[in-house]
Amino acid sequence: MSRFLLAVLILACVGSAIGVVHARHRHRLLFVELSRLEKARDELNIEFGRLQLEQATVAESNRIDQVARLRLGMKFPEAGDVVVIRP
Amino acid sequence: MKGSVKNAAPNRSRSRARFNLRGRVLMVACALGLCSISLVGRAAYVQLVNSDFYQREGNERFVRDIEIPTSRGMITDRNGEPVAVSSPVESIWCDPKELLKTPDRLPELARALGEPLELLTSRISQRAEKEFYYLKRRINPDEARKILAHGVPGVYSKREFRRFYPQGEAMAHVLGFTNIDDRGQEGVELAFDEWLRGSPGEKKVIRDRRGRIVENVDLVHQAQPGKDLVLSIDRRIQFLAYRELRNALVSNNASSGSAVVLDVATGEVLAMVNLPTFNPNAASLGKPDAHRNRAIIDMIEPGSTIKPITAAAALTAGVVTPGTQFNTAPGWMPNGRYRTTDTHNYGVLDVTGIIRKSSNVGAAKLAALVPDQQYYEFLRKFGYGSKTGSGFPGEAAGQFPPPSRWSGTTKQTMSYGYGLSATPLQIAHAYATIGNGGRAIAPTFIKGQRNESTEVLSPAIASQVLHMMQTVTEPGGTATQAAILGYHVAGKTGTARKASAGGYSREYRAFFAGLVPVENPRFSMVVVIDNPQAGSIYGGIVSAPVFRNVMEGSLRLMDVPPDDIETWIAAQEKNEAKRPLAARLPTAIAEPATAVDVRAALPAPLPGNVQ
Repeated sequence: MSRFLLAVLILACVGSAIGVVHARHRHRLLFVELSRLEKARDELNIEFGRLQLEQATVAESNRIDQVARLRLGMKFPEAGDVVVIRP
Repeated sequence: MKGSVKNAAPNRSRSRARFNLRGRVLMVACALGLCSISLVGRAAYVQLVNSDFYQREGNERFVRDIEIPTSRGMITDRNGEPVAVSSPVESIWCDPKELLKTPDRLPELARALGEPLELLTSRISQRAEKEFYYLKRRINPDEARKILAHGVPGVYSKREFRRFYPQGEAMAHVLGFTNIDDRGQEGVELAFDEWLRGSPGEKKVIRDRRGRIVENVDLVHQAQPGKDLVLSIDRRIQFLAYRELRNALVSNNASSGSAVVLDVATGEVLAMVNLPTFNPNAASLGKPDAHRNRAIIDMIEPGSTIKPITAAAALTAGVVTPGTQFNTAPGWMPNGRYRTTDTHNYGVLDVTGIIRKSSNVGAAKLAALVPDQQYYEFLRKFGYGSKTGSGFPGEAAGQFPPPSRWSGTTKQTMSYGYGLSATPLQIAHAYATIGNGGRAIAPTFIKGQRNESTEVLSPAIASQVLHMMQTVTEPGGTATQAAILGYHVAGKTGTARKASAGGYSREYRAFFAGLVPVENPRFSMVVVIDNPQAGSIYGGIVSAPVFRNVMEGSLRLMDVPPDDIETWIAAQEKNEAKRPLAARLPTAIAEPATAVDVRAALPAPLPGNVQ
């Protein structure tokens, strides 16, 4: 009986040792995957920031003002140009 | 052991017969046994007893904690438009030792960097003993990639973040700027540095001898990217205010100016502009004088803009009604050794008339009826002499001495805005309080943050004062140029002589402070123009047009319904009568023809990155 118990314990010990190695290996793999995804996320965030910056630069008020006035010949409607409709 | 050898030597020389094999084997076995015991003992000591120390020492040779860089949060305006963005840039660096091993590649590198070869060679050879040297800092990542593509050994790049401010000069003072370590130095960048900054993460890695990362071991803690911040500023109103203030400064040949727009109901700062300004994107930030957010930091004597508050104090004290009459003839009255004077002799004025004509003598007579302590406490409640609570770095409280430090003429002088000082933001805040039915709300730069409001003036008196200020922009008032078609405008002009060493100089400040629309005010705005030198010095002529132009645009942008539609329709009918019928018809038919031209005239999409 006690011999059987000993065999079980030895098997369990070896099994858990292999389990630890396996878990450790999976941890490494997942960590690599996590790092890769985080890097991808950061890259996308940074790209997004850059695009926003680009958009904000293109849509800068002073530039819009200049383009509208000089290149498109737009002007602000004067009070006389606005037609008020009685409700 | 040595002893046994000594003992053995004479034995050998004496006789072979006395050779004791057993004793010798035992001795060697003992010696070997002792050796192995000491080895096992040592191994056990290293592995079991003192294992931590050796593990740590071992790890220090190849395991490293490295920082995970993180970017600073973005700042947007109230509509989500980015106004401060951290963008990655690359810095090209080299290892001069390694680079100089292949000097034949230097001309190629020089060409890639766009730099003369001689300069590059001398720069690098001066640092031949170093292992790190920046070749080019903070450049566009695409450019960096091109340089690295040449594959010159010993040339590397490193990611850094740089702050960009798409609105440039127009918002420079509110936003402030960061230093090279990405820490806020001024303005909102400084006030909310903790919030924006985030914290870099840390991870454990295994590195080889040359410093390359072989394996990621563990995450010590995650990088916390900086949080975004939504300001109460409206980019469009901000730009409008900036443009109009700049135009006014140029046309009046003035030295500096400030404008503040507040949302009356929430206390949010919608725009805050100062001139002169600086370009926060430039490498050198110019003169420090231009960095000052004058609207919050400079203390100025508020001049006549304080008269509506004086009137409100008198009305609250119950000593006058809006119709109470004062005789301001002959247009001056004694003020200690000096005189309180009006620009004209206005004769008999009621309280409304004092505001409309901006009579100093009238204001002095109003204040004379209010007890000192009561007048002081009333102005304190309006925020004079204390910080507004906006949380902006370096905010000034203004100077407003208590009655115990007043001389005989102090109150009379204060009643029309001298002898005390306030920031333009404080003035805008005091006016917003009147516009908000007498409830004071501390201004804020953050969208949606609503500070507690306290009632400092009864709603009935607030409304009376508002209607008195409305007469200022109507015919007969001091600021007819502030009138906006379709809206009733309440405002007050101010023209104050600037204090200088030992008295008042010949330089002036032109003020206009006002509220629109009078029925249910939405905006409170203050315009201060310093030292106008192109002829006119009066607030009603120098500053009021800035107010009108900015407010006209803001009312349209924020969809505020007109409260004076009758005047607008009347003006329109008057105009139409003069114009031919054809001009009155809508010109919708002509539009498709011009649509094509408009597209052609649009600018081409921007090439590449804007950096």
